[in-house]
Amino acid sequence: MADPEATRRAERIAALPLAEIGRHKGLLEGTVDSVRDVWSRRELLGLLVRRELKARYKNSSLGLVWSLMRPLSQLLIYYFAVGEIIGLARAIPDFAIFVFVGLTAWTLFSEIVSNATTSIISNQGLVKKVYLPREIFPLASVGSSLFNFAVQFLILLVAVTALGRFPLTVDVLYAAAAFIMLVTFATALGVLLAGLTVYFRDLEHLVEVVLAVLFWASPIVYSYTFVREVIGGTLLEQIYLANPVTVAVLGFQRGLWIAGSEPGSGVTWPPDLALRMGVMFVASVAVLWIGQRIFSRLQGNFAQEL
Amino acid sequence: MTELSTIVAVQGVSKRFVMHQDKSLKERMVAFATSRKHRQDFWALRDIELEIPTGSTVGLVGHNGSGKSTLLKVIGGIIQPSSGTVRRRGRLAALLELGAGFHPDLTGRENVYLNAAILGLTKAETDRYFDAIVDFSGIESFIDTQVKFYSSGMYVRLAFAVSVHVDPDLLLVDEVLAVGDEPFQRKCLAKIAEFQREGRTIVFVSHSSDQIGQLCDRVVVLDHGSMVHDGSAADGIKVLRESFEAAHSPPPRVESPDGVLTSGARIDDVRVSCSSTDLSGDFLPGGDLRVEIDYTIGSVPAGWIAGIDIETPVGQGVYRINTDGLGMSLPARPGSYSLGIDLGGNALGAGSYQLHASLVTPEGRDLDRRQPAASFSVSTEPGSVGVVHFRASADLTVG
Repeated sequence: MADPEATRRAERIAALPLAEIGRHKGLLEGTVDSVRDVWSRRELLGLLVRRELKARYKNSSLGLVWSLMRPLSQLLIYYFAVGEIIGLARAIPDFAIFVFVGLTAWTLFSEIVSNATTSIISNQGLVKKVYLPREIFPLASVGSSLFNFAVQFLILLVAVTALGRFPLTVDVLYAAAAFIMLVTFATALGVLLAGLTVYFRDLEHLVEVVLAVLFWASPIVYSYTFVREVIGGTLLEQIYLANPVTVAVLGFQRGLWIAGSEPGSGVTWPPDLALRMGVMFVASVAVLWIGQRIFSRLQGNFAQEL
Repeated sequence: MTELSTIVAVQGVSKRFVMHQDKSLKERMVAFATSRKHRQDFWALRDIELEIPTGSTVGLVGHNGSGKSTLLKVIGGIIQPSSGTVRRRGRLAALLELGAGFHPDLTGRENVYLNAAILGLTKAETDRYFDAIVDFSGIESFIDTQVKFYSSGMYVRLAFAVSVHVDPDLLLVDEVLAVGDEPFQRKCLAKIAEFQREGRTIVFVSHSSDQIGQLCDRVVVLDHGSMVHDGSAADGIKVLRESFEAAHSPPPRVESPDGVLTSGARIDDVRVSCSSTDLSGDFLPGGDLRVEIDYTIGSVPAGWIAGIDIETPVGQGVYRINTDGLGMSLPARPGSYSLGIDLGGNALGAGSYQLHASLVTPEGRDLDRRQPAASFSVSTEPGSVGVVHFRASADLTVG
C-alpha cells in the first residue's frame, strides 16, 4: 500500500458517499432518478442509435437508400392500387401527397413501437452482463426510428416543393404539434411494451398483428371525410377519434397536405383538432410516466428472465 | 495509515429465483390455476453479509451453481436482490463477459468507442486512451476491420483491452481470465497485479485455486447460496477442497470390528524426512528427501497407484509424482506395506510445504487420501524467493 497512487485513490473513494444501488421505488423521486441516470449516459445513447443505423446497412452496397425504399414502394402500391384502381384519387385531391404524409406519420409510430418492443430482448447480451439504465434500449430504438423519419420527411419536403405544394401556412404548426404528440405516445407505448415483452414473449407477435390492424384504423389511405360520411356524429366516430395515432395523422395531414385545407376541396376535418391533440399530448405524457414506473419495477428482474 | 474505507457493503442479501417453465402467455393462462403448485423457489443467495475494504482483492469460489456469479451480479447492480441492500461507491467496471455489446458488423474502432461508452467512459476519455487500448490488444492492423472477421482470440484481446482501460475503482471479474492463449493470460494477470498496486479493488470469480492463491488476499467460499467461509486465501482454498472431496463418494472401505481391513485401502502413516536439516529441523537445499507411506490394503483392484503431491500452503501445486510415473506396480495382495519414495537433491525454495498422499484405482478413483498428510519447511540462504532453489551466484566482468 506504499504506492502513492493507491493512497490517493483510497482517499478519493473514502470521500465518496456509500450509496445504495438499485432504484428508488417512489413515484416522483424514482422518475427523477431514472431521468438523471439516462441523461448521464446520453453519449452512449447516441452511440447505440448510431450502432443500430450503421449495423443495419453496413453490408448492403446501397446502404441508407434501403430505408427509403420501403416507404416509397408502399407509396407506389397505395397510389396505384387504392388511388388509381379503386379510384380514391378522384375523391381526394393531391392523393400522392396525402398518402405519403399519412405513411410518414404511420411509419414513425409503428417503427418506434415495434423496435422498442423487442429492444430489451435483442440487447439481452448487454442487459445480462452490464449495468446500464435499461430505458436506454427502447430510447435508442426511438432514436433510430426518428432518424429514418427524418430521411423520409426530407423526401416529403422535396416532393411537395417539386409539386409546388409547399405548406407555407400557419397550419404547419398542426404537423409540428402532431409530431411531438405522436413521438411521446409511441415512446410511452414502446417503453411499456419493452418491459412487458421480457415477461410475456407473445407480446412481440401480438404487437405486430395489432399494428397491422391499427394501420387501417387511421385515415392513411382513405380520408377522414369518408369516415365522417359513414359514422359521423355517432359514438363510433368518437371512438375512432380517441385513437392518438388517428389524431396525429390528421394533424400531419392538416399541416402538410395543403390541398385538404383549400376552400372548396370538400375535405372535412374533425372539430377541435388542436384541443384533441393537446389533451392527447397530456395523456401521452402521463402514460409515459406510468410506463416508465412500471418499466422501472420490471427491470430489476430483466437479467434473470432473459 | 488510516483505516481503509469500505467500498462495497452487502447486507443481508438474499436472492430468490422463481423457476417456472411456462413462458408464453397461453401457458401462463393455462397454468394460472395450478401455477402456485408448479413454481419452485430457488434461493441463489441467502443472507450474504460482506464488507469489502478499498484496495483488497477478494476471490469468490464455490461449486457450479453455488451463487458466485449471482453475487457478483448483485454487487454490479445487474440483478436486484430479493431482500437486503448493497451499498457501493466509486467507479465500477464489470467484466462478466468480454465484449458484451460488441456488434459483429461494426469495425474494431467503432466497437472500442461503443464498448467504452457502455463501460462508462466519455468520448473524450476514450479518445485519450484509444492508442493505449489498441496497443494493449496488439491488433493495430485490424482495427478498421469488422469484428465478425476477427478470430476469437483477437476479439477477446480487444475486449479485455477496453475493459482494463476504463480506470475502475472496483473491478468485478467473472472467469474471463480463463480465455485467451497463455501469453495473453499472463498479460491479464500482470494487469491485475498492476491494478492491485494501484489500489483498485477487485472481486473475482475463479475456479483456478492457483489464481486465487496467487492474487487474492481474501477468499469467500459459497455453497448453495450461503457463505461458508470468509477469510484468508489459504483457508478458503482448503474449505473449498474439502467440500469438493465431500462431494466425492467416500472411498469404499470395509473394516471388521477388530480393525482388519477386508476391502479398500487405508493410509496409516506418512513421514517425510531430509538427509540434511538445520537445527530447527528445516530441510536444507541439496539434501535428499524421503517420503514413507505406511498403508494397509484389503481387496483392491490390480494396478492401483500411490502418489504424492507437494503444494504451497495456498494450494499452488509444486510437485507431483506417483508409482505409475515411477514405473512401479504395487501388489494387490491384502496386507500392510511401507512405500518409500526418494526425492534426491532437494530443489525447493524457502518456505513451508504440504505433502498430500493418495491411493487411487487405475481409473483415478480415490481409495484413500490424506490432505495434508505431512508438512515441512525448507530454509535456504536468505536473498532468494520462489518455490525452487538454485545454487545462485553472480559475477561481473568489466569490459
